[in-house]
Amino acid sequence: MQQDRKIRYITAFLFLIMAAIVLFAANICIGSVKISLGDILRNLLGEKIDQTTERILWDIRLPRTLAALILGGALALAGYLLQSFFHNPIAGPFVLGISSGAKMIVALVMVFLMGRSIKVTSMALIFAAFLGAMISMGFVLLMSRKINNMAMLVVSGVMIGYICSAITELVVTFADDADIVNLHNWSRGSFSGMTWDHVAVMTGVIAAAFAVVFLMAKPLSAYQLGDAYAQNMGINIRLFRTELVILSSILSACIVAYAGPISFVGLAAPHIVKSMLGTTMPILMIPACFLGGGVFCLFCDLLARNLLAPTEISISTVTAIFGAPVVIWIMIKRNREKIF
Amino acid sequence: MEYYFFTEKMSVGYQKHSLIENIEIRLEKGQILTLIGPNGAGKTTVLKSIARQIALTGGVVYLDQHNAANLSGAEFSQKMAVVLTERMHTEMMTCEDVTATGRYPYTGHFGILTEDDRRVVREAMELVHVTDIKDQDFTRVSDGQRQRVMLARAICQEPEIIVLDEPTSFLDVKYKLEFLSVLQQMRKERGLTVIMSLHELELAERVSDKILCINGKYVDRFGSPEEIFEDGYISKLFRISSGSYNEKNGNMELEAVKGNAEVFVIAGGGTGRNVYRRLQRQGIAFDAGILFRNDLDYPVAKALASCCVEAESFEPITDTLLETAKKRVDICRKVICCKESFGTLESANRELLEYAKKENKEIEIILPKRFG
Repeated sequence: MQQDRKIRYITAFLFLIMAAIVLFAANICIGSVKISLGDILRNLLGEKIDQTTERILWDIRLPRTLAALILGGALALAGYLLQSFFHNPIAGPFVLGISSGAKMIVALVMVFLMGRSIKVTSMALIFAAFLGAMISMGFVLLMSRKINNMAMLVVSGVMIGYICSAITELVVTFADDADIVNLHNWSRGSFSGMTWDHVAVMTGVIAAAFAVVFLMAKPLSAYQLGDAYAQNMGINIRLFRTELVILSSILSACIVAYAGPISFVGLAAPHIVKSMLGTTMPILMIPACFLGGGVFCLFCDLLARNLLAPTEISISTVTAIFGAPVVIWIMIKRNREKIF
Repeated sequence: MEYYFFTEKMSVGYQKHSLIENIEIRLEKGQILTLIGPNGAGKTTVLKSIARQIALTGGVVYLDQHNAANLSGAEFSQKMAVVLTERMHTEMMTCEDVTATGRYPYTGHFGILTEDDRRVVREAMELVHVTDIKDQDFTRVSDGQRQRVMLARAICQEPEIIVLDEPTSFLDVKYKLEFLSVLQQMRKERGLTVIMSLHELELAERVSDKILCINGKYVDRFGSPEEIFEDGYISKLFRISSGSYNEKNGNMELEAVKGNAEVFVIAGGGTGRNVYRRLQRQGIAFDAGILFRNDLDYPVAKALASCCVEAESFEPITDTLLETAKKRVDICRKVICCKESFGTLESANRELLEYAKKENKEIEIILPKRFG
């Protein structure tokens, strides 16, 4: 039994890593301009290739693909943390309105600063998004105190999401600056327009958050049995819950600041990897979620860019197509378990 | 003797609002304390307060000479384990996984189990007989099995004291007895101190060294089972208004049928109990007699009969008593006799039966079925 489990874990991780490598390569190669693997390898080894191809490779494809991988991972991790926090399998940054809250504050800050021709830095965007995420989170927490019902909590989260989105739309509509065109794309969710600066900052922030989450694997495992038992095992529940809230908000904020709100990844990815692993042990789930989210986003971004090329579909459209059925599947499965 | 666990003016409640005040508990190491009291009396609140799940509203709890509130989470978790009633929604965790969470206070930073930890888990699961379901999903096993897995989990924690909230509720009689036997075994082998709440009074009386009676506002009594289970006390504590509870033997009887007796039952030596209960079920009021006070039938008759003609134990039945019994027979239209033969000291009962025959009362003989 112990041995069988180990084999299953290793297989799952190997699969995720392989999928990440293959999709990473595919994302770089495939596009309106095709780049062959050979060209990429030769360029990496220092040989000269076609100038335009090189520019596309280094300035557009690589940062975008890296961003999709890292942000996807962060999104899945944020979803996993929120699901653990609420003991609710359909919690996630998008569903609970946290992404939309972050989006709203970011849009307000951008419009305000751009209107005064002040350059917006990456860190400022993340900070704004974090603020927005915390506002939404605070509201959801307030609601979760009043209502002790999973479904109602999600509904209230969705409502907050709509309110925040409406405000964002308003702001975007009335700001007719040329730069706002970008803002419009961003507010629907997209990995386009990533620069190396962006990638560097997001890698730093997300790597730090990931490390902290990984160190929390043990209390997370105790928390699975519920507050009372976790407390009996010596966990400071109040502190632990605060840490969870802040970490999931930082992760959500990072994603929104760079790629806008992306739906369903935070929901679907953790559940898919959970089924692959056949366990909920956090020490395995944390890295697996990150990989799974990355793979999911690489796959969806590949489709978003190429399906209706040269038109780009918004990333949320693709993630919804693949993510929503997973959510339905979760609900059916849970319902069946209750009957047993 | 130093107490291992004791409280000083402990007050418990929610949001600074005290429900029960001035609780004084004194327990030596290895003693079993049981909390009893009616539903909603605050047993769970007291247990949760002891387990630091909710803050005390006053007073101090001392554990092994330390103020429990000053112990760190890690120290406390190595001393006290809990088994609670709340339902858990685990996901993809086998019973073994759940049991292994009990090792939490002893594992390293990443919570990886060592070979030693696995041995403790295995032994705990064997002790409560859940080894055969160790690979099954925790959500798919029965309530009773789940309860035993949670006990195994608590045992894994190698606590000095264990707090259990109604641990036997979901268990059948076999596992109830087994569950309590495991606690007694742990107490004997490891000096485990136990604090729990039980609904089964007869079990509480048998297993406990000390009993704490809570009635919703205050601690009514704290003492040994002999002190607690005195006549009439349980009925008072639980405010029993229909039916009765016999503190001497743990018998519960439903409410006696009111009205004038229609039937007189002659019995003794345990032959009449089932007849009394059948009459109660059929709604027929009856008198019983002549019973010695130490007879097996006596407590049941006392609880169910309109009138019980009772004789002093180990003494011959007096003529005056026989006359009283005859008067009761006169009122009844029917006599049921549950005896085949009468012993020397109860010859008065034979006379009573003869009298009934002479008075042309309807006679029915119901003899207890003999097996084998």
